[in-house]
Amino acid sequence: MYDITDYHEATSLAEVFKLAAADPKARIVAGGTDTLVKSWAEVPAFTGIALIGITRIPELQGIVCQEDGTLIIGALNTFVTIEHDPLIQKYTPLLSQAVSLVGGPQTRHMGTIGGNICNAGPAADSAPALFTYNTTCEIQGPDGVKNVPIADFYRGPGQTILKPGEVLTRFKIKAGDYQDFHGHYTKFARRNALDIANLSCAALVKVQGEQIRDLRLCFGAAGPTPLRMPVAESYAKGKPLTDATLAQIGQLCLQDTHDITDWRDTKAFRDHLVTVLPGRDITAALRGA
Amino acid sequence: MAQKHIIGQAESRWDAIAKVKGQANYTGDFPIKNLLHGKILHATIAHGYVTSYDISEAEKVPGVLKILLPEDLPQIKYSTAGHPWNLEPKKRDIEDRTMLTRHVRVYGDDIGAVIAKTPLAAKQALSKIKVTYDTYPVYLTPKQAMALDAKRIHEERDNVIASTAVGFGDVNQGLDEADFVLHRQLHTPVQLHAHLENQVATAFQSEDQRYTCISSTQIPHICRRIVAQANGLPWSLVRVKKPFIGGGFGNKQDVTIEPLAVAMSKAMGGKPVQINLTREESLAYTRTRHAIDYDVKLGVKKDGTITALDMQVLSNQGGYASHGHAIGGKGGTFINALYKMNSLNYGAKTVYTNIATAGAMRGYGMPQVIFALECVIDDAADKIGMDPIEFRLKNHQPDGFYNELSHTKQQDFRIGDCLKQGPEAFKWQAKVQQAKAFNQLQGPTRRGVGIAAFSFGTATYPFGLETSGARLILLPDGSFKLMVGATEIGQGADTALSQMAADTLGVPFESIIRDAITDTDTDPFDTGAYASRQTYIAGYAIRDAAEKMRKMIIQRAAATFDIRGEFMDIVDGNIVSVSDGDLITTVKDMAQASYFDWQTAKTMVAESSVNIHNNSYASGCTLAEVEVDLQTGKIKLLSLMNVHDSGKIINPLLAAGQVEGGMAMSAGYGLNEGLVYDELGRPMNNNLLDYKLPTTMDLPDLDEIFVETKDPLGPYGNKALGENPTCSPAPAIRNAVKNAVGVGIDTIPLTPESVYDALQAAKAPKGVS
Ligand SMILES: Cc1cc2nc3c(=O)[nH]c(=O)nc-3n(C[C@H](O)[C@H](O)[C@H](O)COP(=O)(O)OP(=O)(O)OC[C@H]3O[C@@H](n4cnc5c(N)ncnc54)[C@H](O)[C@@H]3O)c2cc1C
Repeated sequence: MYDITDYHEATSLAEVFKLAAADPKARIVAGGTDTLVKSWAEVPAFTGIALIGITRIPELQGIVCQEDGTLIIGALNTFVTIEHDPLIQKYTPLLSQAVSLVGGPQTRHMGTIGGNICNAGPAADSAPALFTYNTTCEIQGPDGVKNVPIADFYRGPGQTILKPGEVLTRFKIKAGDYQDFHGHYTKFARRNALDIANLSCAALVKVQGEQIRDLRLCFGAAGPTPLRMPVAESYAKGKPLTDATLAQIGQLCLQDTHDITDWRDTKAFRDHLVTVLPGRDITAALRGA
Repeated sequence: MAQKHIIGQAESRWDAIAKVKGQANYTGDFPIKNLLHGKILHATIAHGYVTSYDISEAEKVPGVLKILLPEDLPQIKYSTAGHPWNLEPKKRDIEDRTMLTRHVRVYGDDIGAVIAKTPLAAKQALSKIKVTYDTYPVYLTPKQAMALDAKRIHEERDNVIASTAVGFGDVNQGLDEADFVLHRQLHTPVQLHAHLENQVATAFQSEDQRYTCISSTQIPHICRRIVAQANGLPWSLVRVKKPFIGGGFGNKQDVTIEPLAVAMSKAMGGKPVQINLTREESLAYTRTRHAIDYDVKLGVKKDGTITALDMQVLSNQGGYASHGHAIGGKGGTFINALYKMNSLNYGAKTVYTNIATAGAMRGYGMPQVIFALECVIDDAADKIGMDPIEFRLKNHQPDGFYNELSHTKQQDFRIGDCLKQGPEAFKWQAKVQQAKAFNQLQGPTRRGVGIAAFSFGTATYPFGLETSGARLILLPDGSFKLMVGATEIGQGADTALSQMAADTLGVPFESIIRDAITDTDTDPFDTGAYASRQTYIAGYAIRDAAEKMRKMIIQRAAATFDIRGEFMDIVDGNIVSVSDGDLITTVKDMAQASYFDWQTAKTMVAESSVNIHNNSYASGCTLAEVEVDLQTGKIKLLSLMNVHDSGKIINPLLAAGQVEGGMAMSAGYGLNEGLVYDELGRPMNNNLLDYKLPTTMDLPDLDEIFVETKDPLGPYGNKALGENPTCSPAPAIRNAVKNAVGVGIDTIPLTPESVYDALQAAKAPKGVS
């Protein structure tokens, strides 16, 4: 009962651009774990459309570390691949941990990291980690290649800067953005599997002795897009690692989050969690250090 | 008769291999020529009246064949509840619905239907039908629907569809005499069955010009009657076939889509039409577990004597009566079955509202009442400073108690054994000590343990009719075809029933051949899978048929070998001499002779039908250990054990499966589940992401033990087990949370936010909310 009018399998980026030019309404599909769900739910942009399959395009595959230490992650990597990849585990373990918490085994085998980001859900599990690593998104389109910081990639819930025919090809993380950092991610959800976060928080922290040298925090589901916490992050720099500092970091996060009340949770409860999760994440990250 | 020991063995399900190999056909799997697809137009308001339909655009959708409005179908009122028909009109279920309606009583009500060549065309047409409504006030709770100025949801009857009170003694006096009176308000949520296979039915006119309905139903024979009634057909013009079923949990003990499927086929001149509900439809627009509110007063003396229990019950029925007051009104009997008290008053009202219609769901009202009861019992133990297990041991009913409220003698009632053996197996004392030590660390989490007990009836006597039939046919090679009306719905009934037949006949389990399909044309009458009744009620029918068959075989052997029948026994398919075990002949040889012996051939069929007028009360308890996060309110279930007094366990493997599934269902009930509505009566979470069934990652290893005895009445010493496991886990978890954090929360589910709020409220100074 999917209202999908046609399916094209592209084997190169050039083919994607051609197909998209011929049918601007057509939608790219990678693992399909968001696309088919939305089509079933009759979300207008996913109904009565053709799909362009991209999973066989070579440029979107692979995980490599360049000579300068930049980690390159192809958009088509599935959650399972990312979770177990030795380079990811070595350099960006926070990302490995985060994607291990996605859905269930089926979804982790089918879903891709590119799809997760392009779907632009506020609670996407790979997003907070990618935000804290200051990840760059490489986009290719008929007009060439663009590199965009992930924080500029989102326009709102379910909306990105991608134009029809443009493909998110790879993620890039510079060595300076992961070296000496320790990370931890909390997915606060009602279930331990097969759930979407009510609130999520990634922390990436660098310490010197008992002092915080650098802190990056990103919340999922605390606003229309994943959100970094500039106020708390700048406060933390140079502060001693004490309970009081952690509590203050949590409090300051409220200046950058935009929690709302809906039938799932109240704003008051979400705000309370906002104050709790960063401290817990920082502690957990450093426990693993 | 000699014990053949097939009862009590962990025989594998007869259908296991077919299911693993993908050979098992479910309703949606049958290839049917020229199948058409029916879809229901659901109301997008919760209360009102459809003033007009505009179907002009919908009719233009390619592939759409017919659009049905309420006036196109019979307007005969019927009830969907899966109860046996009652010859006394006064005792029948309330007949308050038609297949399609302009009167909208619930969000998603069936106000029209589309028949099309493909499901997609039908779905597209639905979105193009324009409906205008007069809207009425929406009542989400019994209290709202009972307000003086509330509009009647059904013109012909008050919103309070039933009001009853049962009990004994003087409750007011009992409360006066108490050292302490606990007064509590407790609330249970709208739980959903969420069976794996959604409702699906295919109807067509068969060669004989009658209507066949293949359906995923728990109650084929009742389904036939209701389909016929709704469509104004003689009952015999309908034939229902039930193939393999992917679960029901009571939701398929209501006849929801089958009448409409047949009406659609009729409207198409008898062509086959299938209705196949989506997950979202099945969750929101079929049946639910009643949300019930309890106002409880319990009087207790310092020595632990319960002087009075007053329980006022408001059961939220939703828009249609379905099983109605049979659920909300049921608790008094089973409270009395479980605990001694000087006085009891159980007053219950069942009230129409504008949320989804509540019907049967595993436990049939008991999970609700046991939650309310066991929270208050536990709090009473705390109040007088008595250990919660000791308090229950002091107050439980003894074996042999005569229950005045149901006129049932509770023979072999083993709650005492459960309350003794359970805590020991669970290592309760050690866990109490461990929790204390853990909590002294003053970390962000706290641990605690909790217990809850329950009682449960087997089948519905004396409230409902309990009949069942069985037929055994001896096949030429000495195996037997077993035909029953009792319904396999995934629980393993067919396997347990086959074990019974094999045991009584004295043949190997493999000699019994069951059928994947229950067919109302050919299978004996049985009312179906509900009320934990089948192993008990159908068990009697099978025992009768098997004893008759056994006698016939022995008679033939007696005549053939000129040996008196009482000197022979059937053991493992052989007919042997009772005195020395020597082989006389085999069942196979007797079977061959019964088909082909020139002189004496006469095939053997044994039939039985029983009407059972007894009930064996089961009982049990749950023990739970939890860890509560004080900062987030999140509960981690560390261990969970169910203890069951269910008589003889026919098949320990199937029994363990039933128990663990029920425990998961009740853990979800206590911790996470509940259908939520907005103020307009629109369901918010009718999908499997937002309706939080527990996953395996949310559950600890589940443990169960059986206090196994032989029930003196049960056909094979057995009594209820199917629903029992869902009764006590939720309150045990709630009591464990209370033990951990010192706050008893009286509304489930115990979601993180509700637990956090309760902790905050308990911290706040008195008088401040
Ligand atoms: C049962 C289930 C559980 C889930 N649980 C989680 C969870 O716990 N956490 C979570 O974050 N998500 C979850 N999801 C959502 C989903 O699996 C993820 O968002 C996944 O990453 C989507 O990837 P995909 O490859 O399947 O995307 P698709 O569905 O193929 O695509 C998603 C969107 O991105 C676009 N797109 C995909 N790839 C590209 C590309 N390279 N360039 C441009 N556009 C592109 C598509 O056009 C579409 O709009 C769940 C989904 C299901 C069905």
